[in-house]
Amino acid sequence: MAIPGQRNKMDKTLLHLEDVYKRYFNQNKKEFTVLNDIDLKVNEGEFVSLIGPSGCGKSTLLRLVLGSEQPSEGIVHFDDKKIIGPDRDRGIVFQKYSLFPHLTILDNIAFGLDVEGFTIPGRIFTPFKYSKRKKEFRKEAQLYLERIGLKNDGDKYPHQLSGGMRQRAAIAQSLIMKPKILLMDEPFGALDDSTRQDMQLFLLEQWKKEQMTVFFVTHDLEEAIFLGSRIIVLSQYYKTDKDSNEGSKIVSDLKISEKTIKPTSFKYSKECADLIKKVRHEGLDPEHKQHIREFDLNHKDSFRTITQDEWNNK
Amino acid sequence: MKNMKIFDTQAKYGKYTTILLSLILFFLTIFLYFFTAHQRHKENPDDKIVPTASEMLDGLKRVTIQKDRKGELRLWIDTYASGKRFLISLFLLVFAVILGLNMGVFPIIEHFFLRFMTFFDKIPALAVLPILFIIFGLGETSKIALILIGVFPTITLDTYLRARSVPSEQITKGLTLGASDFEIAYKVVLPQIIPGVLDTIRLNFKAMILFLIAGESLAATVGLGYRIFVIRRYIAMDIIIPYVLWMSLLAFTADFLVRLWVKNGYSWTEKQNG
Ligand SMILES: Nc1ncnc2c1ncn2[C@@H]1O[C@H](COP(=O)(O)OP(=O)(O)OP(=O)(O)O)[C@@H](O)[C@H]1O
Ligand SMILES: [Mg+2]
Repeated sequence: MAIPGQRNKMDKTLLHLEDVYKRYFNQNKKEFTVLNDIDLKVNEGEFVSLIGPSGCGKSTLLRLVLGSEQPSEGIVHFDDKKIIGPDRDRGIVFQKYSLFPHLTILDNIAFGLDVEGFTIPGRIFTPFKYSKRKKEFRKEAQLYLERIGLKNDGDKYPHQLSGGMRQRAAIAQSLIMKPKILLMDEPFGALDDSTRQDMQLFLLEQWKKEQMTVFFVTHDLEEAIFLGSRIIVLSQYYKTDKDSNEGSKIVSDLKISEKTIKPTSFKYSKECADLIKKVRHEGLDPEHKQHIREFDLNHKDSFRTITQDEWNNK
Repeated sequence: MKNMKIFDTQAKYGKYTTILLSLILFFLTIFLYFFTAHQRHKENPDDKIVPTASEMLDGLKRVTIQKDRKGELRLWIDTYASGKRFLISLFLLVFAVILGLNMGVFPIIEHFFLRFMTFFDKIPALAVLPILFIIFGLGETSKIALILIGVFPTITLDTYLRARSVPSEQITKGLTLGASDFEIAYKVVLPQIIPGVLDTIRLNFKAMILFLIAGESLAATVGLGYRIFVIRRYIAMDIIIPYVLWMSLLAFTADFLVRLWVKNGYSWTEKQNG
């Protein structure tokens, strides 16, 4: 029973993008648009999969949310505040370079706690307290190590681990700081199939356990649908009346499931197959271009700020 | 005799073969030297240009265990004087590393220093030597200044480039884990580039020694470089050659120690892959 005037915690908006454009310059110093008028709202607890053809701007969109880049136009808000740079609220797992090569796995996972507990005066004037805290941090990191199944690998360096183990550690490294949202850019892209499946299940477990919000970029449609409670398709394959489109738009925004883990058998269900077919056709097929009026944006949080003028002139 | 090829790119050799192969040139050089010495002494027993082993040993004794006219054991005081100059310069290079690191991490420091350092790097240090002598006189300062002018910018620029080449993902990751800019520089970037920077410093030992000898040869009263230029007047090859060998040995040892340090202290650098 919802109490009037009090929003359900899970319905709190975390991420809010409105009228976002991102443009870059090419080699000839000519400007080109990568993201064209993106509107997006993500609520707490959601597992959002972002998919799209290669080079459509998925990583670019993720970098805007991360804060490592600024939009050319429009607003990117997180928790009702403008994003000005990467910070503790948003954790990130990249496909590569996620772990610090000079630290052991345990130290990598404890890194965030270490820097949080570190002050120069504290280090100098209360060295005993400092080393005690460091030990506590290691204990906590050890718990995460056990959770990711690397109990005995804490003193290894990243280059001594397999790709899958490294990505697990990278996820733990972010999770230990309890970020409000976990951003991931093709984190399993370099893994073999079976490791990839293990990692998917692992990630879903963490999602449930921590009640996290996840923003997951992938180019694997099946992965996107299996993992996500919501799928967003970013694509440059669409058309307008004028047919002079440039840059990608969100062409589909669909609910896949409740915020629950789907059974592995979902991958083989008809529902999944239909969804794959639909998304592939509407978003990923260069031959088929939907008109911007036809976009399927039926997720409840989806919105578009578009004026009559824009409808007609685009 | 399956494989008779000598120049085989896939060839692998055992430990002893490898050692034997690498020793050949050493032995050949030594042999040729003593052969020449022997020949020359047969013609002229007083030959000073190519001293024999016993003559050099004698010379070595005179500078290591017998006091000279001033009552000094020359080789040791020379080594001490030169070593001190070298170590002071080496210590000051720490600041080159810190500057390069900060240039690589903080754009404001980068813009402030980069062009200047790049230009500074191109100044031929030896050409500045007269200016140094005029400004700092003939004392220690000008010799250390010469070494620093010679290698400081190189080390700074090298550290800068290494800091720049740390993947930006690492810096972003650090920031999302709550690291401050200061911590990004000293806890994320610096530890990653230290082994490479140590290697660069090690390879620059040669340049440092070069500048040291140049400085000493022109203005000093003690030092390894000073000595060999002074005794050149007496064609004292029996001392010059041991001095040169001693300097090479010192340089080699210093290089070796740094290599050992990198290898043992930074095991994570081995066979890294993403
Ligand atoms: N810093 C930049 N400067 C210029 N162009 C850029 C820059 N970053 C990205 N681009 C361009 O923007 C477009 C989108 O790049 P982006 O990496 O976001 O795509 P993506 O969807 O993540 O692709 P992929 O599936 O291959 O990872 C590409 O055409 C790329 O060349
Ligand atoms: Mg990408």
